[in-house]
Amino acid sequence: MAKFEYAPAPESRAIVDIASSYGLFINGEFVDSIDGTAFKTVNPATEEVLADVTQAGPQDVDAAVAAARRAYETTWSTMSGKDRGKYLFRIARIIQERSRELAVLESIDNGKPIRESRDVDVPLVAAHFFYNAGWADKLDYAGFGVNPQPHGVAGQVIPWNFPLLMLAWKIAPALATGNTVVLKPAETTPLTALTFAEICQQADLPPGVVNIITGAGETGRTLVEHPDVGKVAFTGSTEVGKAIARSVAGTTKKATLELGGKAANVVFDDAPIDQAIEGIVNGIFFNQGHVCCAGSRLLVQESVYDEVLGSLKRRLGTLRVGEPLDKNTDIGAINSAEQLARIRELSEVGEAEGAERWSPPCELPERGYWYPPTVFTGVSQAHRIAREEIFGPVLSVLTFRTPEEAVEKANNTPYGLSAGVWTEKGSRILWMSQKLRAGVVWANTFNRFDPTSPFGGYKESGYGREGGRHGLEGYLK
Amino acid sequence: MSTAAKQAERLAIKKTYKLYIGGKFPRSESGRSYKVTDSKGRFLANAAWASRKDARDAVGAARKALPGWSGATAYNRGQVLYRVAEIMEGRRSQFIDEVVAGEGISRTRAEKSVDEAIDRWVWYAGWSDKIAQVAGSTNPVAGPYFDFSIPEPTGVVAALAPQNSSLLGLVSVLAPAVIGGNTAVVTASYERPLPAITLSEVLATSDVPGGVVNILTGRVGDTAPTLASHMDVNAIDLAGAAGDDEHATELELAAAENLKRVIRAPSTEPDWTKAPGIGRITAYLETKTVWHPVGV
Repeated sequence: MAKFEYAPAPESRAIVDIASSYGLFINGEFVDSIDGTAFKTVNPATEEVLADVTQAGPQDVDAAVAAARRAYETTWSTMSGKDRGKYLFRIARIIQERSRELAVLESIDNGKPIRESRDVDVPLVAAHFFYNAGWADKLDYAGFGVNPQPHGVAGQVIPWNFPLLMLAWKIAPALATGNTVVLKPAETTPLTALTFAEICQQADLPPGVVNIITGAGETGRTLVEHPDVGKVAFTGSTEVGKAIARSVAGTTKKATLELGGKAANVVFDDAPIDQAIEGIVNGIFFNQGHVCCAGSRLLVQESVYDEVLGSLKRRLGTLRVGEPLDKNTDIGAINSAEQLARIRELSEVGEAEGAERWSPPCELPERGYWYPPTVFTGVSQAHRIAREEIFGPVLSVLTFRTPEEAVEKANNTPYGLSAGVWTEKGSRILWMSQKLRAGVVWANTFNRFDPTSPFGGYKESGYGREGGRHGLEGYLK
Repeated sequence: MSTAAKQAERLAIKKTYKLYIGGKFPRSESGRSYKVTDSKGRFLANAAWASRKDARDAVGAARKALPGWSGATAYNRGQVLYRVAEIMEGRRSQFIDEVVAGEGISRTRAEKSVDEAIDRWVWYAGWSDKIAQVAGSTNPVAGPYFDFSIPEPTGVVAALAPQNSSLLGLVSVLAPAVIGGNTAVVTASYERPLPAITLSEVLATSDVPGGVVNILTGRVGDTAPTLASHMDVNAIDLAGAAGDDEHATELELAAAENLKRVIRAPSTEPDWTKAPGIGRITAYLETKTVWHPVGV
């Protein structure tokens, strides 16, 4: 299959206005840091410095939590659910109005293809606010008792892979349930969160209800450990998740953790192979594989191994890697030099341990952080590339003979976030869905998300659910 | 000598109180036991003093029993657990004697407490085939997919039973764990373990498969750290550490190692006669969401 030659189709970045430096968003306004420092956020596709951003210090965190506490006591906890909902509806609408700007900015700061930020991330962001807005005055019916109560100030720390979408997953249910928020976006992707702060201003959200403080891990740790935070919500690595679980021990803080994964995507011999190939590609190469629920372990039934591998390689040959703002791009930039180094390291370990590495011929831009779509075959369960989360466009392929063996291999991981199954047999789909120890099972599809659909892990992939009625539980008591 | 006098002289047969692991009644592998007294300090029995190894054995038994128990139909689990209540009813007077002796409460209060414990077991048993309808959902996603969420057992649950309420408290932490399809390892009240051991005899003579419930007696401080840090335990209820914040915090720290689902210890032991709600059931359930495309 030859790759069609397309003329470049760049999305204009004129719609985006990036300031040269950003303060912190505390109590409804952008303020200078009290005790922080500055760091730079870069465009991972070009290494161009985009802006100076504040690394919030302990006093900044204190100020943000104090603002959130004041807003909780004086306005947000006394406001009717109906009015809280109206603010959230306003926010949802402004996100829709500014959707192109947000999508372009997300692609610039994160490196993800504009096709994804425009068609997946930003529409889901608006949908999450719209969905949760409607809950605000219906909480008595959510199944958590009559008149359920918020925790107070929610300290929220989110990752860089879906910056604005993770913000929406965190802030929308927190506000709907009557909590106020201090949110820390990831170090490498702060810009859409700071634009969201502006959206809160445009919505006339009362000052202090949402506070955005930027910084790295230390800022996040200070926030999570702040004694006046009643609820902690975190999405990120299992290692940090465990540290948070330890930090809340002996307190009354409620924690929900959405952590790493090493999902199996299981292809049976009766699967619709063409559809499965699309699902495999979407499963591991969506968002450069920077997805905690990515289908990073492909389990193929032996009898169709050659067919699946052949089709997969042909399909990968058509993927376009490059400029995130080009509307034809399938795979964008790796988010940071640090992440690129980790992907390279684990790939090298994969080869050193005896797995066979393959990538389609593909030209990568000279500047920026790039990694080609990569497939490892001959992978055993003991290999590190089959056990550790790579968080990049790297697929490990294993085989199985019987459904029982598929289940055993799929579940042979401390993680349990997601899984995929491909087969035309209905009873087998349901049997696999019962046996797979994972919080989300995609059958004959992969990487689908919706604000009404609960998402979250089993085992060391964390606890609590985000989305749907279940997503409210972590914010109520 | 009259018949009555002869009967009065009859020497009673005393029970040996042992652990309950994998459906069997072993002594502690450590060979240790400890003295159990009534509330006035009078000798009642020697109970097994479980070791860390006993705790690990109990976790192994619970893990082994998990596929069968979690794979049983909810209707079947409900029936099996209802039968436990039937057999508890038959042992009612024995439970009352043990609660009176251990807790030092009046016979009337002990009767009420035991009755409440049996009724609570029935209440929980009935949830077996209903909780999925209350805790699950179909999700109206914006696309051509059928999407539903169902609760599933988290796995092996360790529960530190309350120290004061020796039967009602025990039932209140054990029943919610097993009705959802989890298997359990329970540490009984240290000073008042006898109702727990009698309950294990009830379980052994009902249809609950061996290993679904495992009961350890002895110092909670000996076995709880093993359970809290065990990588094959999925959740832990710290109810029995109520009032000892330092110990409870240590256990919660250990539990973080494999991200166990934790029910924290209250600052003091709560009133177990209050309506329990379904929080303890759902604390041990994972929500699984399944997507499938809709099309022709």
